[in-house]
Amino acid sequence: MYNFDIERPGSVADAATAMGREEAQALGGGQTLIPTLKQRLASPSVLVSLSGIAEMQGVCTTDDGRVAIGGATTHATVARDAAALYPGLADLASHIGDPAVRNRGTIGGSLANNDPSACYPAAALASGATIITNNREIAADDYFQGMFTTALEEGEIITEVRFPVPEASNYQKFVQPASRFALVGVFVAKFAESVRVAVTGASNDGVFRWSEAEAALSGNFSQSAVDGLSLPGDNMISDLHGTGAYRAHLVGVMTKRAVTAAG
Amino acid sequence: MPKDSGIGASSKRREDVRFLTGAGNYTDDINIHGQAHVFFLRSDIAHGTINSVDTSAAEAMPGVVKIFTGADFEAVGGMPCGWQVTDKHGDPMQEPKHPVLAHGKVRHVGEPVAAVVADTLEQARDAAEAIDVDISELPAVVDMKAAVSDGATKVHDDLTSNLCYDWGFVEENKAATDEAFSNAAHVTTLELVNNRLVANPMEPRVAVGDYARGTGDHTLYTTSQNPHVIRLLMGAFVLGIPEHKLRVVAPDVGGGFGTKIFHYQEEAFCTFAAKACGRPVKWTSSRSEAFMSDAHGRDHVTKIELALDGDNNFTALRTETFANMGAYLSTFAPSVPTWLHGTLMAGNYKTPLIYVNVKAVFTNTVPVDAYRGAGRPEATFQLERVIDKAARELGVDPIALRRQNFVTEFPYATPVAVEYDTGDYVATMDKLEEMADLSGFEARRKASEARGKLRGLGVNCYIEACGIAPSNLVGQLGARAGLYESATVRVNATGGLVVMTGSHSHGQGHETAFPQVIADMIGIDESMIEIVHGDTANAPMGMGTYGSRSLAVGGSAMVRATEKIIAKAKKIASHILEASEADIELKDGTFSVAGTDKSLAWGDVTLAAYVPHNYPLEDLEPGLEETAFYDPSNFTYPAGAYACEVEVDPDTGKVTIEAFTAVDDFGNVVNPMIVTGQVHGGLAQGIGQALLENCAYDENGQLLSASYMDYAMPRADDLPFYQVDHSCQTPCTHNPLGVKGCGEAGAIGSPPSVVNAVVDALQSAGKDVTHIDMPLTPARVWAAMQG
Ligand SMILES: Cc1cc2nc3c(=O)[nH]c(=O)nc-3n(C[C@H](O)[C@H](O)[C@H](O)COP(=O)(O)OP(=O)(O)OC[C@H]3O[C@@H](n4cnc5c(N)ncnc54)[C@H](O)[C@@H]3O)c2cc1C
Repeated sequence: MYNFDIERPGSVADAATAMGREEAQALGGGQTLIPTLKQRLASPSVLVSLSGIAEMQGVCTTDDGRVAIGGATTHATVARDAAALYPGLADLASHIGDPAVRNRGTIGGSLANNDPSACYPAAALASGATIITNNREIAADDYFQGMFTTALEEGEIITEVRFPVPEASNYQKFVQPASRFALVGVFVAKFAESVRVAVTGASNDGVFRWSEAEAALSGNFSQSAVDGLSLPGDNMISDLHGTGAYRAHLVGVMTKRAVTAAG
Repeated sequence: MPKDSGIGASSKRREDVRFLTGAGNYTDDINIHGQAHVFFLRSDIAHGTINSVDTSAAEAMPGVVKIFTGADFEAVGGMPCGWQVTDKHGDPMQEPKHPVLAHGKVRHVGEPVAAVVADTLEQARDAAEAIDVDISELPAVVDMKAAVSDGATKVHDDLTSNLCYDWGFVEENKAATDEAFSNAAHVTTLELVNNRLVANPMEPRVAVGDYARGTGDHTLYTTSQNPHVIRLLMGAFVLGIPEHKLRVVAPDVGGGFGTKIFHYQEEAFCTFAAKACGRPVKWTSSRSEAFMSDAHGRDHVTKIELALDGDNNFTALRTETFANMGAYLSTFAPSVPTWLHGTLMAGNYKTPLIYVNVKAVFTNTVPVDAYRGAGRPEATFQLERVIDKAARELGVDPIALRRQNFVTEFPYATPVAVEYDTGDYVATMDKLEEMADLSGFEARRKASEARGKLRGLGVNCYIEACGIAPSNLVGQLGARAGLYESATVRVNATGGLVVMTGSHSHGQGHETAFPQVIADMIGIDESMIEIVHGDTANAPMGMGTYGSRSLAVGGSAMVRATEKIIAKAKKIASHILEASEADIELKDGTFSVAGTDKSLAWGDVTLAAYVPHNYPLEDLEPGLEETAFYDPSNFTYPAGAYACEVEVDPDTGKVTIEAFTAVDDFGNVVNPMIVTGQVHGGLAQGIGQALLENCAYDENGQLLSASYMDYAMPRADDLPFYQVDHSCQTPCTHNPLGVKGCGEAGAIGSPPSVVNAVVDALQSAGKDVTHIDMPLTPARVWAAMQG
């Protein structure tokens, strides 16, 4: 690790100011950032810890019925406090990493990092969530811009994420055997008018919506609607753990399972 | 009723109290006043010519004590290899120089190029970043078959090729074996890969070098399975320090699995640098460094052929194996694919003719050496896979085919130069069939099918050889070491005993099991006996722990020393009791005179030995301390039968292990709980190899599985509840305890049954799959199902 300063602001406003310092970087749960620092792959001069900001913590329902989650809320808190409000989302949170990761890692950190194998991006995209930062609101459809790339500007902080709650939803994660991140993860969200299907882990472009499946499922929300649909394997991630063709195949399998589990 | 102490009792592991409460004393816990830290700058290029290593900027950095490069070690010996294999023409293997720090060339990712010693580790890392290393990259040699093809880039310029040796075993059998193949009624052929593994002990390697200027004494604290071996190899071959000026201490060691047998550059470096810097020098491996500097395991590519006659008797076996040595020869690397592999190819079967060919190959990868099982898992895997394949081709029951070919009479001399002293393979198979409820399998398969899953059953046998010996034989086979073991038993005046053993415990439980043996021999409480190991300053020259040898060889040495103690104690007792020595009996810690009521407690005799007032001083020295060196007359041959049941998810290819039963014959068992634990651990590693673990390089020699993000270690929920049995016991005939060794069995015996089970599951669904290479990841199983 290189040397750095640490700031522990108590409000979003103070955090935003601190982020204005040269080479400042936000610190959420540190589950991604700290290992990166230890390996000397990043050298911020200031870390701005978000974990002491009360207004960025917790889960609640907004007046318009959406589930709002503070940007510094841990996966464990979401798993517990969103269980009654948005079971599909809470279930996803409860399967991220291990207990230590869930007790430290945050939703803001996960969405800011946008790891192509992370779980939350699938939920945010399939739900049509809104990513709220210290200076604007970004629709999930505009937010995810490829592996490790998002619409966030330099120094921008995710303060809250708002999820429309679907009638039914489910996330199916097929784990990569070593890391247990998603080799392929599919989040299916059934709303009154439409179905949204978001896929993580699979594509070289990061999380994406599977529009063919969405169209088919919007007319007929059952496994059979997905039969016969397939994704091309060519833009899929191909690595030690599976070829693009295998990942493309798994997307179909996981989508069907998610539909069945969502009921 | 189970015993509550002594041999056969499941005494609780006394060492666990300190391990589990954070009171252990591991090498990284050792900090010496004034110590500096070393950071090794390691090559991120697999193969290249070092043009220059410019340390000038780094030397000016804060806290830097001294920076070393390959040039600083020119006057020092290279890393030695402890085993010389002779090839099929009678010529010695090719043995490249192995520098402490890379010199001239780098030959694998992770090879240390420079070493920075600084006040703190972070300062050393900072300075290492300021070192300017200029390397011209050369093509990397990764694939073994390509490595030995004409015109291949050479890993070592001064060798004739990348072939370390081409070994034939038994060369005299070759013609007859080939002939048996031409006369065979059926031949089954299988080509397979035994995947490269990283040992991953929980404790990474650590070395602390210390030098006492006043006396000229060197001390090395290191994470080793065999401190005396390190002292000899490093002292005599690398640094030129005589044993009496060099102490090597391996305190609590957090797992070894073979990878801590070997003498590593970092140990030699810290010992050397402590003197050169005038300060103790410490190195603690990071997990990332461990992946690219701990010796790897396995990595064989094999073609095996089995010949059968018209009655399905095995008539001959022939194998050709390419064994990866990596870039340099690690300490015992050459012995693993040869003497620890070829000699086991008969397995549990009376195949009359066997010919094994092994080509050991240099590549631009981390050196490969012994890893839990070492050669024996590779032998067992290919043999038990080819038998399964033969059974399927012939349409016969794979268990029946095995039974028909079992060795049933002992001693049995195999065609691959070893003699099994004892065993009962029918008994272990009978036990397995009963415990694993094999007759109920079809019903379980139907239940799985009803849930949309494919169920498979895989069975295999194994035999292994532990306690490699005797020394004069292994010397003829190329070992540059003896393979005896030593023990000093020191009885204190008030009756307690300290055993200084040359064995080393790095999790096995010697501190609990060894006292159980002595407690029985003398008839005293286990708590009166303490086991000391891991320090060349107090234990006699010993060979350490690997190859499941501790109890069979080290325990036997301890028994021999204790027998000497008892003999002397009886002499003392006979003097005090005024009886003939022949009439003295020792039972329950009391000496008595046969046929009388005269007796003397153990503690009275031990006190007399050190307070020799009433003592036969003219015939007997005072004191009660004895040393024994035990050199076994043969290996021991544990054997067993394993069964694995899997479910395969046909949609994803994911394999889950539904049941696993291991029936082992370890001969006599001293502590059943410890033995069960050893089997559990071995099974986890074997199943890990079969389903999860894969050390992979790309074509440029870059390590793809360089962290736990990509290297899949087995976790508890990957593993089933095991059924383990070791009630079938045919005691070893040639050691005093009748024990065989249990440390590696699980890792040796389990991979074939897992793969056999998956193939069985896929075939049950009509898939034409005869083999899948390990690890059987979901992606590989799914791909195999697509045909
Ligand atoms: C062993 C292990 C297993 C894991 N398994 C999974 C898994 O199965 N699925 C999964 O999805 N993830 C997994 N993760 C990742 C985990 O979910 C992390 O929590 C997440 O990736 C990052 O969140 P964090 O709060 O720790 O962020 P940090 O590590 O603190 O930061 C990550 C990045 O986000 C930035 N950042 C942090 N918070 C904010 C914010 N509020 N606004 C703007 N930028 C911010 C940081 O500057 C940094 O660039 C795993 C991690 C580990 C260590």
